[in-house]
Amino acid sequence: MVLDRLRARFPADVVSVHSDFGDDTALVRRERIVEILAFLRDDPELLFDFAMDLTGVDYLGEEPRFEVVYHLFSLEKKRRVRIKVRLHEGDPVIDTAVPVWPGIDWYEREAWDMYGIVFRGHPNLKRILMFEGFEGHPLRKDYPKAKRQPTIGPEE
Amino acid sequence: MAEPVDITAKGETPDLQAEPMLINIGPSHPATHATLRFHAKLDGETILDLVPEFGYLHRGFEKESEASTWTQVVPYTDRLNYVSPLMNNVGYAMAVEKLCGIEITERCKYVRVIVSELSRIIDHMVCIGTNMVDLGALTNFWYFWKPREEVYKLIEELCGQRLTTAYTRIGGAMADLPEGWTDRVLAVCRGVIPGCIADVNALLTKNRIFIERTMGAGPITAKDAIALGFTGPCLRAAGVPLDLRKDEPYLVYDRFDFDVPVGEAGDTCDRYMVRMEEMRQSLRIIEQAIAKLPGGPINIDDPRFILPEKALVYENIEALMNHFKFIMEGVKVPAGEVYSATEAANGELGFYIVSRGGGGPYKIKVRPPCFPLFQGIPHLVKGQMIADLIAVLGSVNIIAGELDR
Amino acid sequence: MAVRHEKDGASGYALTTLESMIAWGRKYSLYPFTFATACCGIEVMGAFGTHYDMSRFGAEVVRFSPRQADVLLVAGTINYKMAPVLKRIYDQMLEPRWVISMGACACSGGFYNNYTVLQGIDKIIPVDVYIPGCPPNPEGIIDAVVRIQKIIETGAPRAAERWPIK
Ligand code: SF4
Repeated sequence: MVLDRLRARFPADVVSVHSDFGDDTALVRRERIVEILAFLRDDPELLFDFAMDLTGVDYLGEEPRFEVVYHLFSLEKKRRVRIKVRLHEGDPVIDTAVPVWPGIDWYEREAWDMYGIVFRGHPNLKRILMFEGFEGHPLRKDYPKAKRQPTIGPEE
Repeated sequence: MAEPVDITAKGETPDLQAEPMLINIGPSHPATHATLRFHAKLDGETILDLVPEFGYLHRGFEKESEASTWTQVVPYTDRLNYVSPLMNNVGYAMAVEKLCGIEITERCKYVRVIVSELSRIIDHMVCIGTNMVDLGALTNFWYFWKPREEVYKLIEELCGQRLTTAYTRIGGAMADLPEGWTDRVLAVCRGVIPGCIADVNALLTKNRIFIERTMGAGPITAKDAIALGFTGPCLRAAGVPLDLRKDEPYLVYDRFDFDVPVGEAGDTCDRYMVRMEEMRQSLRIIEQAIAKLPGGPINIDDPRFILPEKALVYENIEALMNHFKFIMEGVKVPAGEVYSATEAANGELGFYIVSRGGGGPYKIKVRPPCFPLFQGIPHLVKGQMIADLIAVLGSVNIIAGELDR
Repeated sequence: MAVRHEKDGASGYALTTLESMIAWGRKYSLYPFTFATACCGIEVMGAFGTHYDMSRFGAEVVRFSPRQADVLLVAGTINYKMAPVLKRIYDQMLEPRWVISMGACACSGGFYNNYTVLQGIDKIIPVDVYIPGCPPNPEGIIDAVVRIQKIIETGAPRAAERWPIK
């Protein structure tokens, strides 16, 4: 129902949809992501007013490599939907969703910090969990798990 | 959010025609619970702008879990919200079970409800207790620590640890309830907890000092709270009755009779009231759950997910091999992705899990309830006094473990 | 603690007595600074709570200023973002100072062996007493305090005096 509506409204932008495990999921193109999200929020049939979560996923070895995943929730309809966008390794850039939900601000910063995904137009895209001066993005699959960058104390 | 405030915009000229003062609070500050930090821009005592900073407890939960098997992740989930670890265990196990398509046993569902509600109670106790300590009312903390110790005793009996429980397993639990455990739970729920709640209630709820100190401190409207992604008691205090236990009933919450308290102004006082009432409602749920607790096994009967029995492992080569493979390679979970949310003490605790069919997760993202709450702090306190920041921070209950992961 | 008046060897004797008297006083009035970052911090609260009641050992006056504290109780995971803060807190404390490292994380990194967690605070500050466990019970904290009292009483060298360990 959600997915049908989304498809009808953005036929060219929705790449694929599925409802595995009962979670409605749509893979969309990145170009009109802000429009799509705003539509999901404002459409009277959908009303996804909560941006519950945003995260990146690194599918190392696949092309496109990165994925940005939005989880939305509608208070009125008590429904959830997952929106995914694929980004290429050489150009991991997507428009920011902060104008749609102010609460998504830090999630985007986290995705930048952990995966190096750039949110174009974000008001304050800085590291959030790691310290300034940390090199690389730790949750990328090619970042070794125990590669430490000590701020103090002996080098490892 | 973090954009600088234009102090001339709302006619808020600095009092003494002075420059706004910048101060740093934390990370090692008693009221910031040792891991949060703020950069505050003050005019006298009024907060003009506030930039929160965190990450001082970032422990790489996601990276660690990507290198673990499905079962090994359970202990890591304890350390997310270490004030109510059992609820994290339940949330995680439910997410993986959704991916495997497991329907857990009736008894297990009830047990999970009971432990979740016990955790909710002690979580709220810590929140209110420490919040009041920050405001200078130490007694409540002592009053709430006694029942907490009692509950810890119950939890220790259940899983051998007071704090880091690691109780749930994929498809069930570590062990069934000990003999007579439910009676002891009832004894604590009837004999100890209500008395302590009543004590604190008598000390605070009609206490003029408390009311005047907290009313109007850090208010938020329902609309803003939704836009900022608030969930849990903080959202309900703003008047939105969203509670996943009612709205997306999981486990067996739809079989119990309980109410969802809501506030009006969304200020510190309302958050306190909502938490107090939720504790009482949790007691109601526990009573009903224990009354209805069915017998039968706690684990599902499926050798793909449940360890073979210890006695068998010692004498049967097949069981031994099974056990070995189980531990070394982990449970086999089908490929796919799920998002599963539960109502934790602070709000929606979500797990987004991606599996590629191996013995361990490919990716686990936790949606911690604190994350948007902490993000909303500047919104709550801008224009208020710096002392109110302390009251507000305690009342939204930021747990650094799940905030930073 | 009687002060004797014999002539022989009086000065040396009086000095030791004074020292042991100070040690005796110090022993029962340890002011802890709890650097509680994570789950272990909850057990610290438990130790100061009604049930375990740290005040029985004279160490209940928690100071949140390092200048006024004798014992630094590091409870919880320390990561590389936090490590400079911990070092600074330690440097701000006045002599004599003791350090308790509570829990697997503070002692060795615990089961977090990854890019962000400091693998034991003894990499950056000297530690007098380690408490094993994840988390240790409040009894463990009490035991550590008693051990610090023993160190004070016997005048055993503090960790800082033999630090860094080669
Ligand atoms: S030792 Fe265990 S309980 Fe203590 S901080 Fe580390 S993970 Fe938490």
